[in-house]
Amino acid sequence: MTPTEILVVALVAAGTFFAFVAVVGIVRLPDLYTRAHATSKSDTLGILLTLSGVALVFGADLAVAKTVLLGLFLFVTNPTAAHAITRAAYDQGIAPWTTETEGDE
Amino acid sequence: MAVSGLLQTVLLAAAAAFVVFAVVLVYRIVAGPTMQDRVIAVNGIGTNAVVVLALLAAALDRPGYLDVALVYGMLNFLMSIAISKFTVERGGVI
Repeated sequence: MTPTEILVVALVAAGTFFAFVAVVGIVRLPDLYTRAHATSKSDTLGILLTLSGVALVFGADLAVAKTVLLGLFLFVTNPTAAHAITRAAYDQGIAPWTTETEGDE
Repeated sequence: MAVSGLLQTVLLAAAAAFVVFAVVLVYRIVAGPTMQDRVIAVNGIGTNAVVVLALLAAALDRPGYLDVALVYGMLNFLMSIAISKFTVERGGVI
């Protein structure tokens, strides 16, 4: 195991952990807005860490540029999509989860 | 560059874990009470598919999969934006 391979394994393991946290949030949280929060923060961090590990696997090549572009694109567009969906839900009048209004279990 | 055996095993195991996460997200598509819940779950599944394609490109030494991942990510983003705009405008075009 060279140090680069150790770093790749650490990055991929951390990214998989944060993606697991995002999946638990989407399944268990009580409200639409909290689920959008989980998928826009934790999932983006997991994706970025995993794609950083993938970019370290390739040598100095065109594939590294493609992977970095893919990571930057997802870093910009994933929270944007979550914000657009949440804003559409708020304009439709879907009530957020408070102490008075119970969420859906 | 060709990856070693242990690193290839780690990358394939991570890809399998992401596939399992995408299968678990199907629960939110089935049980989500509002339409926006389902859109968020489909968006997460598409993002997991992009990461799986990148991991397979690294593990199998096939850089051509990265082009597929780029196009899939762009179509995923367009799906979310189009559905949210269509919902707000009450059926208007864009």
